[in-house]
Amino acid sequence: MSATTSLTHTAEADAVSRASFGFWLYLMTDCVLFAALFATYAVLHQNYAGGPNGKALFDLPYVFAETVLLLLSSTTIGLAMIALQRQVATRLVQWLLVTALLGCGFIGMELHEFAHLVAEGHGPQRSGFLSAFFTLVGTHGLHVTVGLIWMINMLVQVRLRGISLPVQSRLIRLSLFWHFLDLIWIGVFTVVYLMGVSA
Amino acid sequence: MEELIFGKLSFHDIPYDNPIIMATLGGSSMLLLCIGILITYHGKWSYLWREWFTSVDHKRVGVMYIVLAMVMLLRGFADALLMRTQQALAEGGAQGYLPPDHYNQIFSAHGTIMIIFVAMPFFIGLMNIIVPLQIGARDVAYPFLNSVSFWLTASSGALVMLSLGLGNFSHAGWSGYPPLSEKHYSPGPGVDYWIWGLQLGGVGTLMTGINFFVTILRLRAPGMTMMKLPIFSWAILVTNVLIMLSFPVLTVTLALLAMDRYLGMHFFTNHMGGNLMMFTNLFWIWGHPEVYIVILPAFGMFSEISATFSRKPLFGYTSMVYASVAISTLSFVVWLHHFFTMGAGANVNAFFGIATMVIAVPTGVKVFNWLFTFYRGRIEFTTPVLWTLGFIITFCIGGMTGVLLSVPAADFQLHNSEFLIAHFHNMLIPGAMFGYFAGYTYWFPKVFGFKLNEKWGRLAFWLWIVGFYLAFMPLYALGFMGMSRRLVHYDNTHWQPYLVIALAGTILIMGGIVCQIVQLAVSMRHRDALRDTTGDPWDGRTLEWSVPSPPPAYNFAHIPQVTHRDEFTALKKSGRVAAVLPYLPIHMPCNSILGPIIGGLTFTLGFALVWYIWWLATVSLVAIIGAVIARSWNQHTEYEIPALEVAAMERALRHPPVTSAATAPPSPLAFEH
Amino acid sequence: MKKLMTVLVTITVFWPAALWACTGDCGDQWAVLTPKGYIASHEKTLILTALGLMLLVVVPVILMTVIFAWKYRATNAHADYDPEWDHSTRIEVVIWLVPTVIVAILGTLVWTSSHALSPYRPLASSQPPLKIQVVAMDWKWLFIYPAQKVATVNQLVIPAGVPVDFIITSDAVMSSFFIPQLGGQIYAMAGMTTHLHLIADEPGVFQGYNTQFSGQGFSGMHFETVATSQDSYNQWITQIREQGKVLDRPAFKTLELPTKNEDPQQYSLAIPDLFDSIVTSFSPNTNSPAKTTPTPMIED
Repeated sequence: MSATTSLTHTAEADAVSRASFGFWLYLMTDCVLFAALFATYAVLHQNYAGGPNGKALFDLPYVFAETVLLLLSSTTIGLAMIALQRQVATRLVQWLLVTALLGCGFIGMELHEFAHLVAEGHGPQRSGFLSAFFTLVGTHGLHVTVGLIWMINMLVQVRLRGISLPVQSRLIRLSLFWHFLDLIWIGVFTVVYLMGVSA
Repeated sequence: MEELIFGKLSFHDIPYDNPIIMATLGGSSMLLLCIGILITYHGKWSYLWREWFTSVDHKRVGVMYIVLAMVMLLRGFADALLMRTQQALAEGGAQGYLPPDHYNQIFSAHGTIMIIFVAMPFFIGLMNIIVPLQIGARDVAYPFLNSVSFWLTASSGALVMLSLGLGNFSHAGWSGYPPLSEKHYSPGPGVDYWIWGLQLGGVGTLMTGINFFVTILRLRAPGMTMMKLPIFSWAILVTNVLIMLSFPVLTVTLALLAMDRYLGMHFFTNHMGGNLMMFTNLFWIWGHPEVYIVILPAFGMFSEISATFSRKPLFGYTSMVYASVAISTLSFVVWLHHFFTMGAGANVNAFFGIATMVIAVPTGVKVFNWLFTFYRGRIEFTTPVLWTLGFIITFCIGGMTGVLLSVPAADFQLHNSEFLIAHFHNMLIPGAMFGYFAGYTYWFPKVFGFKLNEKWGRLAFWLWIVGFYLAFMPLYALGFMGMSRRLVHYDNTHWQPYLVIALAGTILIMGGIVCQIVQLAVSMRHRDALRDTTGDPWDGRTLEWSVPSPPPAYNFAHIPQVTHRDEFTALKKSGRVAAVLPYLPIHMPCNSILGPIIGGLTFTLGFALVWYIWWLATVSLVAIIGAVIARSWNQHTEYEIPALEVAAMERALRHPPVTSAATAPPSPLAFEH
Repeated sequence: MKKLMTVLVTITVFWPAALWACTGDCGDQWAVLTPKGYIASHEKTLILTALGLMLLVVVPVILMTVIFAWKYRATNAHADYDPEWDHSTRIEVVIWLVPTVIVAILGTLVWTSSHALSPYRPLASSQPPLKIQVVAMDWKWLFIYPAQKVATVNQLVIPAGVPVDFIITSDAVMSSFFIPQLGGQIYAMAGMTTHLHLIADEPGVFQGYNTQFSGQGFSGMHFETVATSQDSYNQWITQIREQGKVLDRPAFKTLELPTKNEDPQQYSLAIPDLFDSIVTSFSPNTNSPAKTTPTPMIED
């Protein structure tokens, strides 16, 4: 009997590791997607069409604050993962909540930045450069938003179902996703903002 | 208010005034109605829903993919026939019977449908059915995702079909080059249908790519090392790497064009900082690997078929594997050959030209390997072998013209001409379609338990291949006469005879398709005579032939232990076939209604986006997200087939009943029970 | 069944001969194969050379396919049968090597011909090149002779034996400028210029096309290229200047309206920087949301 249990157990563990593997592959395809967007930005980044350039538009300290929020959230989701490993549900929920708040802060700041630009007449229709800017940064923002919806779903699942194996598997993937978005943001921050301001 | 509810949709969008479209619409709705009535009459709706639409069984999903491909083939072929007829007629004073507006939609739809909704679902269907059986697995890595992928593809196919009767399809060619495809030059819904049709189906394909990559890497039977992987599965593995690397680029390209069209952005527009060359580059960074995505699986099928029917192992298996990998890698560094004439410098053109030619080396090696598989074999000229031989000869010609086009200075003369049309049909018809037809005939008995009628199959082959030569060789000649592609009308009297011959060829191909339909009907009628009782009708070499036809839901009652590349041949030789082990309960994934539901919602989303019905788009999107979340709450995604039931099923399926249990080696699992 | 197959195969094999007999001529309609200019004739040689090289592999492969399939048919009990044979290093080396060698030779050919026949490369000639600016419009070609101060629509006249430097752009969607008997094509794109250097070696009339699908009027977007003597070319220029039709801003605005199957027209040019202004209006750094050509008559 115990042999059968261990057998199904390995089957479940197999399923978890299969899911992670597939998720890694998905992240890789997402990398290709962002690569295409970065390439687009690189091609269009000087097509101002008589409009403003990055130097005139970007508020570096503001974006830096945004960056700090996202980097912090990466740390807190790491702490959540430690709680997960120790199987401490309350701690896990707390850290996930902090992460979600930081993520919401990031999205809020980004939306505010976008709204400000559009209000000033520097919307994505203004020039090829601005189209590429809004799309690249916005796609990242969209990913973060999806991550947030996912995180809320997981918070509810942890509350109602506890740390079951499927929940654990999903949380691991969520944290992978979150770190991945962090990584992409570092690229965005460097290529779009830092290089944009110095150009 | 009306715009708020219906977006841009109105009754004027139904092309009442176009008799050709209205007749097609009438005909196809009658057909659909008849099918619907038949299903209702036989009370089969709930059977279809339970056993097929909601199924996550890879074999059933595969069959649905192939049905989709065949239906779309009829549509795509009807488009081809319309175009060929128009061109055969429209010389000088005669304008033919199609106005440019309609003609332009037809060739755009033809290309899109044939690539995205015929070639793709056809091979994805075959790989769905065969790969798990070939690698000794019970299903794919993510069975539910597989069902969603199918329904995404099916719903985007439906969206493209809808454009026939509501609004119009894109006028901008299957490759949709901006600025022609931008709002300014194409304001109607046509390009939007094209965008969302490709985009939503593309997401499904991307998920399939991940699914099968994991399946092949993780679910192989114990002992099946990478170099023991059957060659078709190898081809599929490589194909799925290509899908994962190239489809995200398509997603981005289409999304950017959609932003231009919907939000007034400037990615590919003529002015305000857009750059049309970027579209061309991005499109072909996806588009060229896409060619290999549809051809490599067919290569895999030819390999299996040539080995089986020569009664010999595949010659140069290792070389074949390396050749596939080389082709896939190189396919990412040749995209510029689709536009040598854009004016890049000589160095750039030469680089891409040479890179393109280098692909001819591994491809040539493959051809030689098939030839040496036949060498010293005992070739049985079944229909699949006919398709294979027809492919090799025809493909050589296409390869030759392809290398010719890869010489930039020669391409300057032949680019955008009928020569180019002849070339890529010369690659894709034998290189993809012939392979799929061969694979379809070869694996049909595995799926349905009876073979296809050989006589009608042969006739179909001969009509197809003769029709092919008649339809496309004249186009090579026309290319040398300077005739451009996509002409709705021309003034050159010298061109017409060639176009008439091409039309004749197309009609022969139509005969071939009719024969294939008859073949299916005749085979179903006489299925008892064609019955495959052994599970191994062709003396096959790989594991899919070791299970009954059709296989049980779980495929393998016992996961095989693999020791050979041609495992089943080795098993048959060693006589181990008769081994019987005690049965264990098997866990299988449950069917799910969420697949068709997500598909339906995706269709609604695409429809709403095409017609600017924002509330509906929002509702569908939220509902899709809701469906995904709902899935994450479902704890009952698997069910167990008890050991007794497995035993009963196996006894019923295996003919004749196995009796030599005493000689079977003891199973290691037996002790654990 | 057998009979039907024989008929089908016979048709396939013999139709070219039959067609040849029916049409009875093999003259200028084979545009790519009857070049009338330096570039086109080199391109023809290149095409034939490459074709010949590839036939060295393709013909044997096709023959091998037929021979192997016939010889090793299941019913032929006399043929060798080697049910285990699946590898031979010797054969593997040969089948990798032969295509590699052919491709290496072709690759060299690609490299040299890409440079020698580059559309950007000015042609060596004792004569100074004639500069012609080409604008693709919906759906016609505008040819501007800047030095001669004339412009034509869907009509190109050049002196034979004089190299022509075409500078090409588009005022609408992407098109492709192609005169097969003089040489290969190149794209015309808004906001950008491409070049094409061609020469007509002898007088004659050559068809020119747009090969890049550009919408409703695409099929009618072709023109005749007349290569003639220097004298009659000069005469033609003078004639245009004298006939009095002028291409000024309003006339150009009218010309920009999408039209199909346009007949040849001649103008004397009253906008000195017409070509450059068209290019600049689409430049990525021009703020010109208003400057768009009118929507072509499309759809429904």
